[in-house]
Amino acid sequence: MSKEIKFSDETLEVVAKIILRYPEGRQKSALLPVLHIAQAEFDGWLSSEVMDYVASILNIKPIEVYEVASFYSMYNLKPVGKCLLEVCRTGPCMLNGAEDLVAHFENKLNIKDGETTADGMFTLKTVECLGSCGTAPMLQCGADYYENLDNQKADALLDKLRDENQRSRYC
Amino acid sequence: MARKILLEHLNVPGIETLEVFRKMGGYQAVEKVLKTMSPDDVTEEVKKSGLRGRGGAGFPAGMKWSFIDKKSEKPRYLVCNADESEPGTFKDRYLMEKIPHSLIEGMIVSSYALGAKTSYIYIRGEYFYVLRILEKAIAEAYEAGFLGKNILGTDYSLDLHVQIGAGAYICGEETALLESLEGKRGNPRMKPPFPAISGLYASPTVVNNVETIAAVPHIVNMTGDEYAKIGVGRSTGTKLISASGHINKPGVYEIEMGLPVEEFIYSDEYCGGIKNGKRLKALIAGGSSVPILPEHLITKTANGDARLMTYESLSDGGFVSGTMLGSGGFIVMDETTCIVRNTWTLARFYHHESCGQCSPCREGTGWMEKVLHRIENGHGKMSDVDLLVDIAKKIEGNTICPLGDAAAWPIASAIRHFREEFEYHVKYPEKVKDPKHFFYAPFVSEKMNASIA
Ligand SMILES: Cc1cc2nc3c(=O)[nH]c(=O)nc-3n(C[C@H](O)[C@H](O)[C@H](O)COP(=O)(O)O)c2cc1C
Ligand code: FES
Repeated sequence: MSKEIKFSDETLEVVAKIILRYPEGRQKSALLPVLHIAQAEFDGWLSSEVMDYVASILNIKPIEVYEVASFYSMYNLKPVGKCLLEVCRTGPCMLNGAEDLVAHFENKLNIKDGETTADGMFTLKTVECLGSCGTAPMLQCGADYYENLDNQKADALLDKLRDENQRSRYC
Repeated sequence: MARKILLEHLNVPGIETLEVFRKMGGYQAVEKVLKTMSPDDVTEEVKKSGLRGRGGAGFPAGMKWSFIDKKSEKPRYLVCNADESEPGTFKDRYLMEKIPHSLIEGMIVSSYALGAKTSYIYIRGEYFYVLRILEKAIAEAYEAGFLGKNILGTDYSLDLHVQIGAGAYICGEETALLESLEGKRGNPRMKPPFPAISGLYASPTVVNNVETIAAVPHIVNMTGDEYAKIGVGRSTGTKLISASGHINKPGVYEIEMGLPVEEFIYSDEYCGGIKNGKRLKALIAGGSSVPILPEHLITKTANGDARLMTYESLSDGGFVSGTMLGSGGFIVMDETTCIVRNTWTLARFYHHESCGQCSPCREGTGWMEKVLHRIENGHGKMSDVDLLVDIAKKIEGNTICPLGDAAAWPIASAIRHFREEFEYHVKYPEKVKDPKHFFYAPFVSEKMNASIA
């Protein structure tokens, strides 16, 4: 682990504010938002050390964090590439070319669904309906939706992300 | 042009800001209810409006509100369901993104009716950017005195928060949503007790869909009786439809209930017809969970009546020849579609999303996915088709929450209406090797050909 596992003071303040949204003694309600913050701050995934840290600041047992982190698909329990490309593959997107789009990324990046490029830049992941079926095919990278994609737009997106060289984050 | 209510001001520049939203009449309903109506008056108007839940089940909203336990000493909660994960559905996202204050105004008016002092909007994790839009709008509403202590100088106070999910379709089921909001896995609860008695933090709670809540201020402004005049019979008001698939103009449309399905598909005001001049083959009318309809049952019911966009007309014929309005996720498929492949992607979805509590759903969804995968890829047996029907039957009704039913219905209905296409995959494995097998040469029913000859 490169960084010490501790939120900055500003982040701790944000967490304290989130906890205030719930009645006293219900700070566990803050778990989902705080896990998102933790994932964004600690390299895009949740190691067991990070989850233990989240448990300690919410004053709950580590198992309560693990069972939640493993339930929801947006939490990564293994390291991912700098940019996580989440391509929707469900019915409506499939009807409009999602499978071709996935194949294009697989060829272009020389990885399979679920894998990360050797340079650690991209992870390709197929996901289920992202609520963007009218603008299919589409993908999500961090908080951004990229819609009505074709191979050309996909290539341009890869170039853009490579140039920006930023870790994708939801928050 | 048909009447627009929720999206009337969609194209007004700046409508996402409180200032412009107010100029267009926004937040008048807050003034009206706080200054001139009792909470029960508001519930009464919603009852009169006939408004039914827009999240999928179509339960009358006013009736649901009247079940809330008012004798309890615990705080009451209103929770907005913005989980929107039913494949084919993207209307809540559209509404929240374009006119965020319409939901916030609805939350204030509805919370007042229910006596809630704290309310939450639970939004699916993937909609992080929409969360930011809502948070900004909420901050504006606090600043303008529509949220917080003593709203508009009255003794009503309300705090409103947005809670982010983290990727789980099941959290759209209302009790799973409440578990998730408590910081747990999204495992649905046994009912009873219903949320109205014991919901969030074991307190009386109402869960309503985004679109349901956003309709409430309009009902308050125009009165429930006026709202009830829009639509047909027990399908009152307008409905947002998310249109996708093989159509010329995919997108979100607000329709008056009662619009003919044919007009919705072919009129330029809506879907604009089938893409590339192809033929219509099938329709999933209300999100991936509802039964699929074959061409001959889409624009007309089995009795030959025009099929309308209403709860009743879409379900005319029951599961034999009808479907459901559901969430309004309208997925149009043309003649190049392989029904088996489409059904397989949906089966994979339900398998992925089953929470795993109930064995029939946990095991059955995975089993159905596997069987469909082998049929689609030309490795199926003839008996697999009936095996699927059998598994679906054994899941249906045997689970804590309706995800099991939602997984079973699309498969059972696809086989009911397209059995020959499933059998074709078994009979001619070499013809389905290419994943795009019907793309170049659409499936043709041998039976139908024989009967014509
Ligand atoms: C598996 C499953 C997923 C659901 N997903 C959603 C959803 O994403 N949004 C929604 O509003 N309702 C969803 N529902 C319906 C909710 O349980 C609930 O009926 C609804 O939020 C009530 O609001 P309404 O009466 O305003 O429609 C889902 C139900 C099930 C069984
Ligand atoms: S199916 Fe891909 S966004 Fe809905």
